[in-house]
Amino acid sequence: MSTRELVSLNEATGQMTAVGDETQIKPYTINFGPQHPAAHGVLRLILEMDGEIVERADPHIGLLHRGTEKLIEYKTYLQALPYFDRLDYVSPMNQEHCFALATEKLLGITPPLRGQYIRVLFCELTRILNHILNITTYALDVGAITPALWGFEEREKGMEFYDRVCGARLHANYVRPGGVNLDLPKGLAEDMWAWTENFGKVIDDLDGLLSENRVFKQRTVGIGAVTRQQAMDWGFTGPMLRASGVAWDLRKSQSYDVYDKMDFDIPVGKTGDCYARYLVRMMEMRESLKMMRQCLNEMPGGPVKSDDYKVTAPPREEMKKSMEALIHHFKFYTEGYHVPAGETYTAVEAPKGEFGVFLVSDGTNRPYKCHIRAPGFAHLAALDFMSRGHMLADAVSIIGSMDIVFGEIDR
Amino acid sequence: MKKAASETLAALAEKIAGRFAYGVASHEFAQDELVLHARRDQIQKLLTDLRDDAECLFEQLIDITATDYPARPDRFDVVYSMLSVRLNTRVRVKIATDEDTPVPSVTKQFSSAMWLEREVWDMYGIVFEGNEDLRRILTDYGFEGHPLRKDVPLTGFVELRYDEALQRVVYEPVKLPQDFRMFDNLSPWEAMTTVQLPGDEKAAKQKLGTINYRTKDKGVS
Repeated sequence: MSTRELVSLNEATGQMTAVGDETQIKPYTINFGPQHPAAHGVLRLILEMDGEIVERADPHIGLLHRGTEKLIEYKTYLQALPYFDRLDYVSPMNQEHCFALATEKLLGITPPLRGQYIRVLFCELTRILNHILNITTYALDVGAITPALWGFEEREKGMEFYDRVCGARLHANYVRPGGVNLDLPKGLAEDMWAWTENFGKVIDDLDGLLSENRVFKQRTVGIGAVTRQQAMDWGFTGPMLRASGVAWDLRKSQSYDVYDKMDFDIPVGKTGDCYARYLVRMMEMRESLKMMRQCLNEMPGGPVKSDDYKVTAPPREEMKKSMEALIHHFKFYTEGYHVPAGETYTAVEAPKGEFGVFLVSDGTNRPYKCHIRAPGFAHLAALDFMSRGHMLADAVSIIGSMDIVFGEIDR
Repeated sequence: MKKAASETLAALAEKIAGRFAYGVASHEFAQDELVLHARRDQIQKLLTDLRDDAECLFEQLIDITATDYPARPDRFDVVYSMLSVRLNTRVRVKIATDEDTPVPSVTKQFSSAMWLEREVWDMYGIVFEGNEDLRRILTDYGFEGHPLRKDVPLTGFVELRYDEALQRVVYEPVKLPQDFRMFDNLSPWEAMTTVQLPGDEKAAKQKLGTINYRTKDKGVS
């Protein structure tokens, strides 16, 4: 039997030729997305490959660009708020919270204590829901299906709390400048408490499925490692920064609302790789759970929004009886409120990182400018350097660990 | 505690203004946030110094954006937001420019600046000199114009649809079936609220509200 020869087809001549040892494989370019299950949305990625090694990754974003910032310039402050739900549609309330805080800062008002507690309660619920989505779909990307099935059931329960407090599963429009729109409905606090008692078990289950899973660790440990220096240089925030060993959390360091009363720890990763980011998110869920329970325990009674009826709508009941309240109601929902001229950059710790709003007011009822600083934008920009030298399959792993949602990146 | 924080910030502002006088023209506080008005040609050196100086350590360039004031000769403000994790402080650095004058790029100093500058170029058309990859980022391939400029209408200039005959997406000028509706809603009596009318002194004390936002320092005109 003759020795087996490797042959290659010459496309120009149609002849087969033998391939020697020194044959070069040409670097080639592949197009990943925009419709790809591992792209977490509409990410188009141009990958320059050498064999299966990524040499350069060029993300093309903007396929979901809706001109949110332009639209906000044409809306009153009240009408602008729902756009924030639609940015990162996995963590709507945190973003509303940021815009509400920015507006409050310019208006110079502080919401009542109960309103602040409700905000923190729901921000932490949102953080848990966000992390469930990220961790389980990330596991799905690297080959594990069970976490998604288990996690989404729990997520749906959290969505029900959203539904009960504001009437919508996703686009809440609940956190308003001056407080929150309505008080918690009867029985919700008890049901949330019951949920927090069971949820620890769910985290344990996810932990058991993934943390020591051999395949999961092979796909994540040592992949996309980022040093502290690099994380700083690329403007990382949130779990991405903490996984690289920086104990930085806006809830602690520049605390807003009642976060300074909350008792929680900041989980910090050591290695800065995909696995560390996963672990940080797992720990954050436990911390958020702790905070939710603390909020439910300590929540005082009283009003949930400011009683300055120039900036919040008067109660329905009052409106039926008092002429002044009726006028306030009418003015509030048509003209809106005038925000004193000024500017602010207000940032909150959203589940994905630092979500900031740069708001410029010219003294009218519309923002002059509203720039949205999305954490995912900075993280995705770093994809190029993070995936260089890794295999194609690792690029998917890195994208998953970034917790990317295109609503906020494309705006 | 809050007062102490603003005092530290004021001290920091004095320090920066003194030490980096080559780049900082003036500084101010907006809502307790430090804003530095910088000289455009010195922006690279200034941001690098802010990052490396042992008493500043603004290691993170969090954000770059711009604001458009068409009435001014230098119509754009380019706004850099920096964060110091060590000092737990933020600073905003502002430079002014117009449509034609390029701004020195800081991509060599901060990797995060690349996409941020691309976005500002895309949205406002501000050129960053030295940025080697100044492509559009958020708008469509082949898009023309800079949508966040104040002179661009909300509807834009072109709309697109899929053409069955040509089997591709085609661009056409925007056609509005009805006029673009822009409700002003600003009350013509708004100006009266800042005037103290004789015999109306009680109106200043609000019955319902606790805070009257109209009496703030920078109140409504």
